Amino acid sequence: MNYDFEAQLRRRSLELAPRAVDTLQVNITKLCNQACRHCHVDASPARTEMMSPEAIEKCLEILERHPQIATLDITGGAPELHPGFAAFVEKATKLKKHVMVRHNLTVQLDKHPKTGASMEYLPQFFARHRVEVVSSLPYYQQYFTDAQRGSGVFAKSIEAMRRLNAVGYGADWSVLVLSLVYNPVGPYLPAAQGSLEADYRRELKAKFGVVFNRLYTMTNMPINRFRLHLEKSGQLEPYMDKLLAAFNPVAAEGVMCRSLVSVGHDGRVYDCDFNQMLELQAAGRDGRALSIFDFDFDTLLGRRIRFGEHCLGCTAGAGSSCGGATAE
Amino acid sequence: MSSYYESQDLQKFGEIGQHAKGLADDFFRYYGNVTGTDGALTRREKALIALAVSHAQKCPYCIDAYTTQCLETGANPEQMMEAVHVAAVMQAGITLVHSVQMQNHLRKLVL
Repeated sequence: MNYDFEAQLRRRSLELAPRAVDTLQVNITKLCNQACRHCHVDASPARTEMMSPEAIEKCLEILERHPQIATLDITGGAPELHPGFAAFVEKATKLKKHVMVRHNLTVQLDKHPKTGASMEYLPQFFARHRVEVVSSLPYYQQYFTDAQRGSGVFAKSIEAMRRLNAVGYGADWSVLVLSLVYNPVGPYLPAAQGSLEADYRRELKAKFGVVFNRLYTMTNMPINRFRLHLEKSGQLEPYMDKLLAAFNPVAAEGVMCRSLVSVGHDGRVYDCDFNQMLELQAAGRDGRALSIFDFDFDTLLGRRIRFGEHCLGCTAGAGSSCGGATAE
Repeated sequence: MSSYYESQDLQKFGEIGQHAKGLADDFFRYYGNVTGTDGALTRREKALIALAVSHAQKCPYCIDAYTTQCLETGANPEQMMEAVHVAAVMQAGITLVHSVQMQNHLRKLVL
């Protein structure tokens, strides 16, 4: 079977050029307190990659010079485990940027895997800087969550949500935003984002007394750890067939790489976090690979986005992005 | 040795149109309209009904397909298992209610 993403675009006369760069998504470390079975970053407590202080300063300089880039989206690994994390957030908020942190919840309760330091300060820290917290919770029940993220993760995630709620996250009266992320626990597509959000809201409130603001549904990308699982279990081809059959042109129009760029821990620039993990570095029209150390906004806007078969994950069904469904 | 019910054969469902395309087209249109859209019942509710029927009819293709469909419409494992119990209890009830016929006939035979 041919999973040529660009052929799908050509067949429908779709031209997916960059529209903007309004978000700088920065992966500051692959170190994580968890080792989830689906993780496209292959993050774990054994990883050592860390963004250098110089690269973080460069990101801040780029943010300062470009008011068009309104959002800093900090990811990992567990980005809170980077020694420069807190200062990065503080400086970005001083620049009046909207700061999002991809926070896995359990890192609040697990000690730092390298230093043993407590991370319990995080809810107050996030609240003080009005960080938007974006947290994976694959389901509103233990069974699926622990299957994907490890035994005991669901209970710890609920406790971490309680701590975030206690400082104002997720409450109607508060400006502090807690977004949850759903992704399927296997090779199938997410349910409709709206109906699943209603289920999460009802069940989490009724059974655990916790609240959140919105739910983003994301599709599992057929790369790295999840791809290996698909290959080993003989499910790769059926999954790719499913993604291909569910290609949705409306979702394609809304893919996140048209308005976001992703930065690796070494400063290289990518069209998205998935391309980063596949080491498909973004390049200008002249073919020169892009990095934050020679950042040029117009070059980025004029680039051709690099696509691969994994992009079928972002265009299947209601679509998928770091901000959830794109065609619902 | 090959066996019946190869899971990849589900992909060949469309081949039922090979010698009767018009009828197959009618069927698939009807099938899509019933199961693929929210109506008076949601797609999730329809998927749970279909999962129960799949078990009652003992169709491995349908069990695979509707387990996935249940997950893709947001059903949880408790709801899915309960749907199977509905199928099971209906089958048990259907068997047991026929004992009324047995008792009717018994009364006729016994002096």
